[in-house]
Amino acid sequence: MAVMSYRQALHDTLRAEMLRDPDVFLMGEEIGRFEGSYKITAGLLDEFGPKRVRDTPIAEEGFTGAAVGAAMLGLRPVVEIMTINFSLLALDQIVNHAAKIYGMFGGQRSVPMVIRTPGGGGQQLAATHSQNVELFYAFTPGLKVVAPSSPADAKALLLASIRDNDPVLFLENLALYNTKGEVPDGDQPAEIGRAAVTREGTDITLVAYSRMAHVALQVAEKLASEEGISAEVVDLRSLRPLDRPTIIESVKKTSCAVVLEDDWLTYGIGAEVAASISDGAFDYLDAPVRRVAMAEVPLPYAKSLELAALPSANDAVTAVHQTLDAVGRRSVGAH
Amino acid sequence: MATTSRKRPARSAKNSEELLGYYRQMLLVRRFEERTAQAYTEAKIGGYCHLNLGEEATVVGLMAAIEERDYLFTNYRDHGYALIRGMDPGRVMAELYGRQDGVSKGWGGSMHLFDTDVRQLGGYGIVGGQLPLAAGAALAVSYRDGDEVVMCQMGDGTTNIGAFHETLNMATLWDLPIIFVVVNNQLGMGTTVEMSSAEPELYKRASAYRMESARVDGNDVIAVRDAAKVAVERARKEQKPYLLETVSGRLKGHSVVDPAAYRSKDEVEAVRAQDPVAGLHDQLIADKVADADQLAEIDADVHRIVKAAVEFAEKSPAPEVSSLFDYTYASPVPNDSRRLPSDPLFPVGA
Ligand SMILES: Cc1ncc(C[n+]2csc(CCOP(=O)(O)OP(=O)(O)O)c2C)c(N)n1
Ligand SMILES: [Mg+2]
Repeated sequence: MAVMSYRQALHDTLRAEMLRDPDVFLMGEEIGRFEGSYKITAGLLDEFGPKRVRDTPIAEEGFTGAAVGAAMLGLRPVVEIMTINFSLLALDQIVNHAAKIYGMFGGQRSVPMVIRTPGGGGQQLAATHSQNVELFYAFTPGLKVVAPSSPADAKALLLASIRDNDPVLFLENLALYNTKGEVPDGDQPAEIGRAAVTREGTDITLVAYSRMAHVALQVAEKLASEEGISAEVVDLRSLRPLDRPTIIESVKKTSCAVVLEDDWLTYGIGAEVAASISDGAFDYLDAPVRRVAMAEVPLPYAKSLELAALPSANDAVTAVHQTLDAVGRRSVGAH
Repeated sequence: MATTSRKRPARSAKNSEELLGYYRQMLLVRRFEERTAQAYTEAKIGGYCHLNLGEEATVVGLMAAIEERDYLFTNYRDHGYALIRGMDPGRVMAELYGRQDGVSKGWGGSMHLFDTDVRQLGGYGIVGGQLPLAAGAALAVSYRDGDEVVMCQMGDGTTNIGAFHETLNMATLWDLPIIFVVVNNQLGMGTTVEMSSAEPELYKRASAYRMESARVDGNDVIAVRDAAKVAVERARKEQKPYLLETVSGRLKGHSVVDPAAYRSKDEVEAVRAQDPVAGLHDQLIADKVADADQLAEIDADVHRIVKAAVEFAEKSPAPEVSSLFDYTYASPVPNDSRRLPSDPLFPVGA
């Protein structure tokens, strides 16, 4: 067990997988000579050479599709798309090709590839560089979508993604790269398709993923220490497949839930979670499922506006209060 | 860059055999496509259905230039390539019928013929989608120091899509063993090359990517084969990409349901006058390679193959509904959804 940053966990895992399997190679813009826009691939070009750390032209559709074709012949490309915003230029190759090839040709060839890409607002990058569009991929059967929120999960889910035989969109987050946590030694891939209860509680369930799962833990800590509210945190980890049973189990225990998400509310991931809870735990619910999500605007540059639009820990606390107040349950835990 | 023109082959016995073989293959494509159009009008085949009518010499010439170990990617106008590449005609027809024995098990249909055994890796319905994939396959070959090449077919209209330019650029930068073939049938649906391409001499576009290229008469099977062989040699020996443009015509509409009302009578007449199957037929007789009876015998043979293919397709069962969730993922994972439209998300009353 070592304490390291989310960035370091990604870097070390990529390196270990390249050492383990000669079919694993990296492709993307600026990943070699420049060492990665966020330095995840620092040092790897020197160690592995240009064949295995391939700098590409600025051609998201082209190089993402080339990775799909290489995967069809059995290689295991790990593509870095600088940020998820730019993945929109590769939508055709991801959604129309990577996701379809195994099924549309009757299972003749699979596409064992990973697309690593960070989402996340809050860096004053303005509207085109601050989106969270993982929903587009999570919507698409044939793709798998994972979203680690901790360094330990960054490692375990990346191991699983590289070894999986299907295309996996691996969602990172700009705000998480410098966060630190304990990372187990050894070689233990996570199971794609499983959420994790990252904190147990009895009063309310917080459902979140990626950065907001990190925030959810802080919020739960604060609610416990300041108000005696016992919040359970479900970290989705996998957006497709979605682990509904774990969400439902938790809500059956707590009888209310708040979803925290960095994407837009309307049609968002939280909408799917709320609908699933209404399907699977309707009789257990004491209050409507609340969603804390980004304001429905193109994200502005000005710090004051950006802060107002993005969901925060305080927003989460407010939603928890309102949910518990609505059913007269806040006094239960409060002292 | 060069524009290759037709060279009449010397009339040796070997050439005669070869020409008759090509004639048989072209006729197979012709008869298969005619029968496909009929099955479509009988509602045996659904979806979009694009035929290679008028492209027979191109298809056969290209397929003669690559070897078994090589890989092929095409667009949705793919039946002819599948037949000549060696897919079983019955299984190709079964795919058009959406049956269990189809090459893609009924999951792809006309536009998505795929057979890993003959290394034809699709059949892609999104214009230009196959280009990055083919480049990636070539990248995998070169990653493993293989001696295979990848042939990537596309239409004339496809040279205007972003993926074309992104892929040609990468192919040169990365020394990929790939041959891009632009099958210029002079139309993309109803749009002419002149309407859509600022440089209508499409092979010239390769020069922007420092790529060798040539244009060849797509109605001449030998010229196509020989031009493609040059490209294949270069890709295999020198690990250099190549762009070959073949020029031919489309005898029918864009797809089976298109009456092509946008084309003038003269235009259609001009295409018919260049019909590669009729052209080779007449040439074989004129050159005394075969007489009309011998060619009619070949035709009868091909008819039997096509008839057998249809019978096979008719008999093949529809895919079992129980197989609906078999091909979403190659690596099974927990919580993968397997619900049919009216199934509840969670068991009712649980
Ligand atoms: C990205 C995309 N845009 C539009 C279409 C609709 N479409 C199908 S075929 C076609 C014309 C393509 O022409 P060309 O590349 O010349 O191929 P041809 O059909 O002549 O073989 C169009 C526009 C499509 N399938 N994909
Ligand atoms: Mg065309």
